[in-house]
Amino acid sequence: MNNVSAVKENVQISVKKKSQIADIWKRLCRNKTAVLGLVIVILLVLVGILSPIIFDYETQVIKTDYSNTLQPPSAAHPFGTDELGRDILIRTLYATSTSLSIGVVTVIVALAIGLVLGSAAGYFGGKVDMIIMRIMDIFLAIPGTLLAICIVASLGNSIINLVIAQAVAATPKFARVVRGAVMTVRDSEYVEAARAIGAKDATIIFHDVLPNSLAPIIVQTTLEVASVILSIAGLSFIGLGIPAPMPEWGAMLSASRAYIRDYSYMCMFPGLAIMITILSLNLLGDGLRDALDPRLR
Amino acid sequence: MMNQTDYLLEVKGLKKYFKVGGRKTLKAVDGVSFYIRKGETLGVVGESGCGKTTCGRTCLGIYDKTDGQVLYRGADVHCLSRTEKQKFTKQAQIIFQDPYASLDPKMKIQNIIAEGIRAHKMASGRDEIQERVSSLLETVGLDPGYGSRYVHEFSGGQRQRIGIARALAVEPEFIVCDEPISALDVSIQAQIVNLLDRLQEERGLTYLFIAHDLSMVKYISDRVMVMYLGKIMEITTSKALYHSPRHPYTRALLSAIPIPDPAMAKKKVRIPMEGEMPSPVNPPRGCRFQNRCPYAEEICMEAEPALEEIENEHYVACHRRIEI
Amino acid sequence: MSEDIKKDLTAEIRDLVVEFRTDYGVVQALNGLELEIERGKTLGLVGETGAGKTTTGLSLLRLIPNPPGVIVSGSIKLDGKDILSMSDKEMQAIRGKTVAMIFQDPMTSLDPVMTVEQQIAEVIKLHEEGGQAEALKRAREMLELVGIPGSRGGEYPHQFSGGMKQRVVIAMALACNPELLIADEPTTALDVTVQADILDMMKGIQQEHGMTVILITHDLGIVADCARHIIVMYAGKVVETGSAEDIFYRPAHPYTKALLSAVPRLDLEQGHLETIEGAPPNMANPPKGCPFADRCPRRLPVCGKEFPQNTRLSESHQVCCWLQRGSE
Repeated sequence: MNNVSAVKENVQISVKKKSQIADIWKRLCRNKTAVLGLVIVILLVLVGILSPIIFDYETQVIKTDYSNTLQPPSAAHPFGTDELGRDILIRTLYATSTSLSIGVVTVIVALAIGLVLGSAAGYFGGKVDMIIMRIMDIFLAIPGTLLAICIVASLGNSIINLVIAQAVAATPKFARVVRGAVMTVRDSEYVEAARAIGAKDATIIFHDVLPNSLAPIIVQTTLEVASVILSIAGLSFIGLGIPAPMPEWGAMLSASRAYIRDYSYMCMFPGLAIMITILSLNLLGDGLRDALDPRLR
Repeated sequence: MMNQTDYLLEVKGLKKYFKVGGRKTLKAVDGVSFYIRKGETLGVVGESGCGKTTCGRTCLGIYDKTDGQVLYRGADVHCLSRTEKQKFTKQAQIIFQDPYASLDPKMKIQNIIAEGIRAHKMASGRDEIQERVSSLLETVGLDPGYGSRYVHEFSGGQRQRIGIARALAVEPEFIVCDEPISALDVSIQAQIVNLLDRLQEERGLTYLFIAHDLSMVKYISDRVMVMYLGKIMEITTSKALYHSPRHPYTRALLSAIPIPDPAMAKKKVRIPMEGEMPSPVNPPRGCRFQNRCPYAEEICMEAEPALEEIENEHYVACHRRIEI
Repeated sequence: MSEDIKKDLTAEIRDLVVEFRTDYGVVQALNGLELEIERGKTLGLVGETGAGKTTTGLSLLRLIPNPPGVIVSGSIKLDGKDILSMSDKEMQAIRGKTVAMIFQDPMTSLDPVMTVEQQIAEVIKLHEEGGQAEALKRAREMLELVGIPGSRGGEYPHQFSGGMKQRVVIAMALACNPELLIADEPTTALDVTVQADILDMMKGIQQEHGMTVILITHDLGIVADCARHIIVMYAGKVVETGSAEDIFYRPAHPYTKALLSAVPRLDLEQGHLETIEGAPPNMANPPKGCPFADRCPRRLPVCGKEFPQNTRLSESHQVCCWLQRGSE
């Protein structure tokens, strides 16, 4: 109602308003599921960072032990052992680090390229916009998995190629989001004012347009990490992802297919890990989207 | 005869059309000519759709023109080279209507004000820039210590002062004030207008003051221009505008303005206007005001009246200006 | 001059306190409001942003959004009946029928997917007997009343100009012949010539139907023209009330005087506009005593401690100011 916004305006002048970040934090904390997501994500990050430190790669993660294969969960091996005698708990935890690091690196690369392309397309419009977005559309039209398969198949099965494949699939999504956000801000009066004062386009983009477009970009980043992790799991499942013997949830799921009837715990734990990771990232992403929504401010 | 080198800004036959949906054209400004002398304030009034805001922004080159010329110190504003355009933005600035929308919410106000200083390389080093910003804040009546705050921490009147400080930062000589007080409370409006007045005196500024509140425009302006449907109806000194308005639209407009005085309100005779303003997409042939004018005759429907001088500095665009 | 004059009051507000509980703190929108509205007159409610004018209007209809608004204490009576103790159903029967309100922006007051006559008919059907056909007929009559040809009833809001939309809104408000019409800045969004037409129309209708009108505005010109009686508000309190002549020619409160000298006059040559230094107070932390004290050029020590009681200066004129206290 008109009335309430007039009152709010009044308070904003008079009450010393806390910084906007504190504001967003408060709103985020009120959303219980978002907080849950955040907590789990933090835990996952901790696991990801600590796993390579705590567990020795050679002796604990990949060492085979044929005398100990397919053991059910016990005190010594809480998640049991797999078909090569390796501890599933350790491998599951270690895989966190693999998945998260690839996810983050991919997203950073895709974000960087997407920012440049998206802001150019959004700010300058016209032919620049058309050319950039049509190229992006071409990549978006190809199913991500298929694209990844093509790239990995032609370049070879390695972590770097995997990152490249995922980044290529993810960049157009970022470019789109950035473009949309930039277009919204581009027509604001304060951008017009900056132009009128004589500021150059590059300055305007960096100082005025991008800082005000952050919200959708942050949300997309969070959700995209989840998407990349899921995609890598899928690729690993069909054998095109992380090369063995590096532990990876999708690969572990794939390996457990043959044993699923009698040794169901083999697929249960990696599967749960995937589910929890994706779920928490999505909860966090949704929560951030609500907390950053300018209309609620 | 007027010495034409006196004119800081001279507008000749300016037209600005916008394309709207399909093949229709919105003729926001349709042949406008006027001049502003150095150091004076020209007020522009008119109701919504008259084109006053478009006119102001086109004069500054914010919009491209469709036809005509805008001459600033003799040079065509729309035909400047890159470097000349950069110089022009230093000489001519704008203050916006909406103090809430024209300031970047994510920037500290000292950076907003410094944007122009940096763009034109008017100072070097953080200290010098900081000094200028502080001095500008003081000039507009704000505590220099407020520099590190954000826009949302200020009231409407204070935000408008920040907008003025930003425009002043590049040391312009000409400022287009695009409805600078419409969004403010009555008592704050007086504060801002007094500030603009004082700045004009101290710095010899020239203003193009666009507003729809005729009382305020009359108070601050030396001369006033009345626009309707993209054309000028009348230009004269602010005193003459109230005491001897010659154009029927001006008279109708004046009679509609409520005066804060109950006795005067009772005495006032309202000159009503029939009909509605035609669409700027399809302006009528002949005089724009014909369908609402109590004095309209055949000639008014055929030919557009030219803006002609009837007295010293008093221009009217009306076929029947002599009789009425 | 302390005789109790028996007044015919349409509405009465006593010591009303309304708060808005927002994320940023609790804001005192109305800080002990005292208001009397006499029947059949046009009352102008004047003040700047944050004075509490809209809140006052909304509280008469018990339309204060909750959350975040809360009526903390006080009483509101319509025709002698206390509306704060009424049920929702009773209030709904009053809204639109006994009391109607129109808002500033006609664009958002009208439903874009219904024709204008349907919208007016909706109000009629809600409160009165009769079916669709009668309601539509009456809707068209209302359109004629506000100067729109009845034949245009089947058109949609976007086909009308701003001024005509506001006329439709007025027609909706008047459809059930309310006793009290609250108009909250009804012409602020309109051009000055359209404004003049609408105000003339409202004056005509008011005179014909003997309606009580509360005109909320910040424009002193409008109240001078339309209002017989004026109430000046500042920071959630009433500071002065009087007839139009009292307020404009004999202003007693320093705020009223300052407001009058800050407004430019078309008919006068003015050398300088007086301004009021400072800004309205922080309503999240309302000051003790008179809220205008900080900005008042004639402040007394007592002004910062206690809010002055009402002083009656004449039959029509009252003010809340310590400077006037002695002249009782």
